Amino acid sequence: MHALAVSGLQKVYEGSGRRVEAVRDLTFTVDAGELVCLVGPSGCGKTTLLKCMGGLLTPTDGEVLLEGRKVNGPPPGMAFVFQEYGRSLFPWMRVAQNVELPLKQKGLSKSRRRELVADALESVGLTDAADAYPWQLSGGMQQRVAIARALAYEPQVLLMDEPFAAVDAQTRADLEDLVRGLWRERGITILFVTHDIDEAVYLGQRVIVLSSSPTVVREQLKVDLPDERDQLHTRVAPRFAELRTHVYEQIQAAKRGAGAVKTDTPPPR
Amino acid sequence: MRRVLLRLLFVLALPALLVAIWWLASDNSTDVFWPPLRTIMRTFPDVWTAERLQDDVLPSVLRLTGGYALAAVVGVAAGTVIGSYRRVRAVCEPVLEFLRAVPPPVLVPVIMLFAGIDDTMKVTVIASGCVWPILLNTVEGVRAVDSVMAETARSYGIKGPARLTHLVLPSASPQIFAGLRQALSIGIILMVISEMFAASNGLGFTVVQFQRSFAIPDMWTGILVLGLLGFLLSVVFQLVERRALAWYHGLRASARRSP
Repeated sequence: MHALAVSGLQKVYEGSGRRVEAVRDLTFTVDAGELVCLVGPSGCGKTTLLKCMGGLLTPTDGEVLLEGRKVNGPPPGMAFVFQEYGRSLFPWMRVAQNVELPLKQKGLSKSRRRELVADALESVGLTDAADAYPWQLSGGMQQRVAIARALAYEPQVLLMDEPFAAVDAQTRADLEDLVRGLWRERGITILFVTHDIDEAVYLGQRVIVLSSSPTVVREQLKVDLPDERDQLHTRVAPRFAELRTHVYEQIQAAKRGAGAVKTDTPPPR
Repeated sequence: MRRVLLRLLFVLALPALLVAIWWLASDNSTDVFWPPLRTIMRTFPDVWTAERLQDDVLPSVLRLTGGYALAAVVGVAAGTVIGSYRRVRAVCEPVLEFLRAVPPPVLVPVIMLFAGIDDTMKVTVIASGCVWPILLNTVEGVRAVDSVMAETARSYGIKGPARLTHLVLPSASPQIFAGLRQALSIGIILMVISEMFAASNGLGFTVVQFQRSFAIPDMWTGILVLGLLGFLLSVVFQLVERRALAWYHGLRASARRSP
């Protein structure tokens, strides 16, 4: 059984006489413990897709299965990390309280909650910031808090919606390594949405390339880079360049609206 | 220490100057209605004895507290309901705009008809005037909950009462406090007015009583006491607000530093 299975997903927005088909027909699966990156041209309905998967939007057609159970409404086995970290953390709560709040909703005991919060904050390197308010932290640190909140929730699948689009390049590199580190340590399943091709190839075990809106899956690409990756060496590896060039071409073709262009998947080494 | 002294100087300079001008300008006054400040100050301790504070100031403050608290509870509760549901808002909005436009003092005779002339009437008058700014501000605050925060709450299963206490009310609290602040000054005005109509004690009653018995310096002291009371309440309000909205002021300050 797949951790996450999306089949025939379609989302049409209807309102004031306009009918916009954001997502046409999406089918893909994510296995347990996988790190999959979704990448597509800007405005291709990535966020719509993610919200349908997270149960925040009801799809027009098709379905999303989380560990075999149909998603209708936000499932307890899924955690979200949003792009807008500043608007996703509650500014009236301290860091630890932000991380703890969803756990209270889950009905966990106080000692268990404290354990999970401490553990999550430690793994993102923010133990010292537990009593700070989110707005006292830098953008990158705020996004770490959001990641800690998602980790403490112990989801089966972690959905990340362009989480690093609003932080500076250096912080972004750190956060990418953090996500990869957490994934390898904890064996969580991550679906990572981004518009950054390099980021998708650097992070993912598999990259799903989407077409422009109305969205379909254009290609699924296995990233056959070694599991040990680091910013310095991976990004200059010849294979990395090949893969990113390939994804780049696919996205450019998608932007032009070209159909299934026959650019062959670069052969594995 | 020096900075504290300097701040104190800044705060006190203008009031001191105004009092000095009043003092000098009124010193040779022979007008019965404009007695010298010197005379007013001499009368002050004779009029505002401990007994009077208990018999007149305390009832006024209690009425104000009662009416204000009632307005706060009703305003926030109704405002939250109206702000949360679009349909309720559509139904209520025209009525609210009308009721808000009615000047509260005009309600005093009306409320007297069914609430009598005792404390119930005064508390009702104060509450009926104070409730509007609180209610309307709460509606706006509740409506303006950030969409990303709302989605975050939804995705983590925060709903029902938890959503109210952890998301909606804290998020609306800066607006709610703005409403409470407006309501406080309206409340003081209505406290005095309601006591002027039909009362046997209270600050408003006392001031009118002095005026009717031509105890003009005494009347002026009553006005000073009202001013001081208003000032004191405003300081207390500010202290409470600064504590309750510490996060909001911090957030604003940090947003100013890094746009």
